[in-house]
Amino acid sequence: MAMTVEDRPALADDVAAHLKRRARWSPLEIAFWIFAFATIWLFPGKYLILKDAAILALFALSLDLILGYAGILSLGQAAFFGLAGYFAGLVAKYGVINEPVIALVCSGVAAAALGFVTSFLVLRGSDLTRLMVTLGVSLMLGEVANRYSEITGGADGLQGVDIAPIFGRFRFDLYGHNGYVYCLIVLFVCFVIARRIIYSPFGLSLRAIKENTLRAAAVGIPVKWRLVAIYTISAGFAGIAGGLLTQTTAFCSLDVFSLDRSADLLLVLIIGGTGYLYGGLIGAVIYKLLQDWIANLTPQYWQFWIGLVLVVIVLVGRERIGGGNAALRAAVVRLGARLTSRPATLGGAAPDGR
Amino acid sequence: MLTILFDGVAYGMLLFVLACGLSVTLGLMNFINLAHGSFAMVGGYCTVVLVNRLGIPFALGLPLAFLATALVGGLFERTLYVHVYARSHLDQVLFTIGLVFMSVAAVDYTMGSSQQFVQIPDALQGQFDVFGIGMGKYRLLIIVICGLLTVALQLMLAKTRFGSRLRAAVDDQRVARGLGINVGAVFGITFAFGSGLAGLGGALGAEILGLDPTFPLKYMIYFLIVVTVGGTSSITGPFLASILLGIGDVAGKYYVPKLGAFVIYAIMIAVLLWRPQGLFARGTAR
Repeated sequence: MAMTVEDRPALADDVAAHLKRRARWSPLEIAFWIFAFATIWLFPGKYLILKDAAILALFALSLDLILGYAGILSLGQAAFFGLAGYFAGLVAKYGVINEPVIALVCSGVAAAALGFVTSFLVLRGSDLTRLMVTLGVSLMLGEVANRYSEITGGADGLQGVDIAPIFGRFRFDLYGHNGYVYCLIVLFVCFVIARRIIYSPFGLSLRAIKENTLRAAAVGIPVKWRLVAIYTISAGFAGIAGGLLTQTTAFCSLDVFSLDRSADLLLVLIIGGTGYLYGGLIGAVIYKLLQDWIANLTPQYWQFWIGLVLVVIVLVGRERIGGGNAALRAAVVRLGARLTSRPATLGGAAPDGR
Repeated sequence: MLTILFDGVAYGMLLFVLACGLSVTLGLMNFINLAHGSFAMVGGYCTVVLVNRLGIPFALGLPLAFLATALVGGLFERTLYVHVYARSHLDQVLFTIGLVFMSVAAVDYTMGSSQQFVQIPDALQGQFDVFGIGMGKYRLLIIVICGLLTVALQLMLAKTRFGSRLRAAVDDQRVARGLGINVGAVFGITFAFGSGLAGLGGALGAEILGLDPTFPLKYMIYFLIVVTVGGTSSITGPFLASILLGIGDVAGKYYVPKLGAFVIYAIMIAVLLWRPQGLFARGTAR
């Protein structure tokens, strides 16, 4: 007779307590978000770049969910971003859904639906096949958007999008103030959801799959369905990011599907580090600042320096850069433990099993 | 109809020459090299400089482009790529995409962003009319050159000592190493040679594919399709795949011009779903 955790109440309690402790918000995280919201008043002239960073951060968060937690290498995240971008643009243009928040949720759902359908393609084959299929899907969507230019505006982009005020009250103003606050709130909500997912038993099972698929299957994790689920969720987040971009710029063009977008996204995540949720957020801010700074120096050739950063990061070794990150994280966790100062009851104070 | 077929075959042959180096590096080292197109671009621009600016004859420009690109490829392989072979696929993708970005911006900086044309000799312009089929002379030349190259490659792989070493290394790297084959050197030479072929392809294709700084990004997906669809275990796989792709692309653009490359991507995904290891791969996956 197999014993399950439920048969042993004491163990079940221990496991629950452990999970709960892992999921506790550390003071540094709280400080991070207080600072993030403080930027609304701290940098009033920088709303546009901050807004871009917030959208990019959400987009990177979506990739982190599948790359950092499930280990799926994808170059096609732009497919969901773009689909939802056009979705949000079209529903606003033809007045199908006027309330931006509802439209945003709907575009996320549309992207998640696409993610669910394509997840079955992605789960087959090796890394290279995955890379090709994800890339192929986003390029195909780009071609379709180009083909039906009477609907999407083709190469000129989707024009004449008029986004209604949020809740009928907050207009998207010229300075981008309301737009930025909107993006930040959406980012925060999505982040909390992602965090909840990651610290749940479901999130732990994803880690197990990433570390060793075979063993994960052997201990009874339904590998395929877990991957389908996380891919769908990730697509939904990417979609919300795409919807945000369209809503805040009132414009959507074919380049939402481009390869550059997916490649940049990888860079963002690599700068910030994968697998701890904040990587995408920190990476997005650094990337945007870097891009802004380089573009000011050499407007036309900033791609060269971005490429150089990528090459150097790989040659120096992601582990080494990530290692610095890990040390920092360990310090943060220690600090957090001291501040909350509650005795550990299960498995010592190790922040995670790595 | 037959003209489309002819153009498609020429296009496919070109793609094969461009991509066969990639298929070997992928099969041998399991290395995802997205920067392969950059080498093709180097070859193309070499020819432009040599033929247009220095006035070297086109027939001499081609082998020079091959040599120059092979040299650049070998250099990069020895200095940069060797450090990345053992890394994860994610690292390889990042590294080579970084190279692509750098090459795009560097060429933009040195050569300008406008499209370049190679001055091909008058003797190669115009077209023959055979049984009512228009055959461009230049395209015929491409088919001849690429056909000869393919035969030569096949012979080299099948008959020479180097070829058998290479095949051994692709089949099982560890055993090959155990038998005393210097896999690193074999790979270095193959990489340089493959880059050279890409350069030659870029030089020949400047006329048909167009040559501007975004070349590596635009055609990266095509090379990868050839390799993934064709499989990496033989040279015939990528060859057939590139002919198919060439014909499919030309026909698709002719019959349903507005859908553009949609047809190609759809076919690719369908093939990969059907046979994730490639159309012509032997059954086993490693």
